[in-house]
Amino acid sequence: MQCTAVLGGDRGGVKLAKVSESKKFTGTPGQLRRQRIEQSGAIVISLLMSVWMLVNLVKAPEQFVQVAISGLRNGLIYALIALGYTLVYGIIELINFAHGDLFMLSAVFSSFFITYWIGADQSNPKGWLAFASCLVAVMIFGAVVNVLIERLAYRRLRNAPRLAPLITAVGMSFLLNFIGLKWNGSTPRQWPTVIPSGDIYIGEIRISLITLWLFLIGLPLLLALNYLVTNTKQGKAMRATSQDKDASTLMGINVNKTIAFTFALGGAMAGAAGLLYQQSIGTTSYNLGFQLGLIAFTSAVLGGIGNLWGAVVGGLLIGLIQGLNDGLPYAFGQAWSQSVVFAILIIILVFRPAGLLGKSVTEKV
Amino acid sequence: MAKTIAPNNVAKSNRKWITGYSIIGLLLFITYQFLLPWEGLPLGIYDAIYRWMPPSAINESLVYIIMALGLNIVVGYAGLLDLGYVAFWAIGGYCAGWFMSEFFYFLNINFLGSVPAEAPGIHINFWMVLLIGGFVCAVFGILIGAPTLRLKSDYLALVTLGFGEIIPQVFFNGENFFGYNISNGTKGIVGVDSIPVGVKNLGPFDFGWKLLIFLLLTAVMVFISLRLRRGRLGRAWLAIREDELAASMMGVPLMRTKLSAYAVGAFAGGLGGVAFATHVNGVYAERFNFTISIFLLAMVVLGGMGNVWGVILGAFILSWVNGNGLTAFGQLYNEQFGTEIDFASFTFLLFGLVLIFMMLFKREGLLPESRLKLMLHEDELDQIDASSKSGDK
Repeated sequence: MQCTAVLGGDRGGVKLAKVSESKKFTGTPGQLRRQRIEQSGAIVISLLMSVWMLVNLVKAPEQFVQVAISGLRNGLIYALIALGYTLVYGIIELINFAHGDLFMLSAVFSSFFITYWIGADQSNPKGWLAFASCLVAVMIFGAVVNVLIERLAYRRLRNAPRLAPLITAVGMSFLLNFIGLKWNGSTPRQWPTVIPSGDIYIGEIRISLITLWLFLIGLPLLLALNYLVTNTKQGKAMRATSQDKDASTLMGINVNKTIAFTFALGGAMAGAAGLLYQQSIGTTSYNLGFQLGLIAFTSAVLGGIGNLWGAVVGGLLIGLIQGLNDGLPYAFGQAWSQSVVFAILIIILVFRPAGLLGKSVTEKV
Repeated sequence: MAKTIAPNNVAKSNRKWITGYSIIGLLLFITYQFLLPWEGLPLGIYDAIYRWMPPSAINESLVYIIMALGLNIVVGYAGLLDLGYVAFWAIGGYCAGWFMSEFFYFLNINFLGSVPAEAPGIHINFWMVLLIGGFVCAVFGILIGAPTLRLKSDYLALVTLGFGEIIPQVFFNGENFFGYNISNGTKGIVGVDSIPVGVKNLGPFDFGWKLLIFLLLTAVMVFISLRLRRGRLGRAWLAIREDELAASMMGVPLMRTKLSAYAVGAFAGGLGGVAFATHVNGVYAERFNFTISIFLLAMVVLGGMGNVWGVILGAFILSWVNGNGLTAFGQLYNEQFGTEIDFASFTFLLFGLVLIFMMLFKREGLLPESRLKLMLHEDELDQIDASSKSGDK
């Protein structure tokens, strides 16, 4: 009995060696099957998407472009929030549920800063100045709050089982929600816009000036963040910490400081997103953070969490899809907006958990 | 099996909790059914009970306890974070709405229902609807779990959250779901059949008798939780919770074990959903929101993940605070000091702080489970281990 088992094992071994000599190794059967599932799923989904878009484009071409632009505008805000999720997840593998609520607080902060503390309520030089100073102030505000949250709660739980920081993050989200509720009031509030508004027409298509402003401010922020992470010493420290905390400590990197810096960056981005949202939409409410935060997180997952450009691409894509779904003749409509976004999240997580631009990592023991 | 766990001990420990539980349950039932309507009761006690723990509040907390026990199986036993548990509540609730009301007025199906046979709509006996609700939820639990349980823990949390958002939205927009009305939308389904218990039918205001029924359902859930934990499946859940990889190496079938945790947890959600529908005498779509999922999670965390009695305590405290305690306290406070503070708006603060402080200072909950306590403080043990090792050298 034993003998045959050993012989069988031997023969199997020889066979395996021969196969690997003649054929290049591309993956275990399981991995190959997974690849096939991913590929066919991607093809089916992208085919369906393009058919849907094409039908709508033929039916109402102007409307299509119009809603696509407004969708992309929201997408930029999602992208800015998603960066915060992706940065934090990249470095300490925590889904920071409180991030969406930080964005909400930033939006409320900007409203109060511009309207009450500076007293600007229309688009004149004073308003523009208020906007510019608010951009700086709200980014500092977001950064400080996020660093505080990290310092008070998450840092103490860094080595705890993963359930603990996740539940703490949910609790933090409730706490910020409460602050928002007390600050903003329980009903949505309207605020004046201080950046130049108006419309530009390109042919039949109307583009709001605010949209242009959003891209003029948002895109440089994204580029600056990318530069910071890829080209500076601090960015290098961040990337090193995200790969291996112990090894980075040995290399002389202050891990605590680096993680705090990452939270500050994410918070600053959420702050900027809060201001841009408040100026483009004009209303704030205390429960805004939860929904937008979830959508932004979906964007981060869609692009590949931990990947900066993934978050941007994911945000723009989700914004586009949501815009198209809400505004096109053949679509589910606004009532199903949330469901569509979450359905995308689930499909992505089932078929390609690593995201569009991410690489799948195998767990090492 | 019979040799490894002495059967006598099992029976004895079962007898112990059943006796204690029945005594407390009976006392509660006698208080609410016979003492409250009794004319000889001093007015002070009557007022105090109505202010601090009215009959409807205690029934509602029992429904929350049933659902928290279900979530405890998923989160506490199997260690899978579920942030969309409210979906099962909603499905269970709509099972009651569909099968125990006049919602499908164009049909006329009556199966041991508590209404006259000629009444329109589907009327199935409450006890059967309980089972139907439970099983429908279990099927949904498996449907949701099957494609997603391969994922890492926090991704799984997100997928459950996604389902927890989608399913209530389906019911919310359900007035025109591809041309069919499946939920009456925001209007909700008003009026659910009473509970037949042989001699009489329990309507929405028979609080005392319904208390007894909810106590019975809770006991069933406690029984299921305790028995399952001791059995093969429960031990497999605990193994997965503690180390998934090690468990799979030891031959625990991951998928099947996790799916069964999902199914049993969802079953309890269904029971809770049907019970809640009879409690409020209707199903209302806007009640099923994300806050409820977090609320249930906070109950499990506060009481002690994995420990049935801890979860019951946590669920009781939090549902009481949220439903009645905070407003009653606020009223008293405002009367005493002449202030006008809206205490109900502090629930967010309260739940946020409960989650944060429990995780920071007492991760294992009020009534901890010994095994989980060890696991949750693994980081500290590692540090002690490391420092003692370095001390040796």
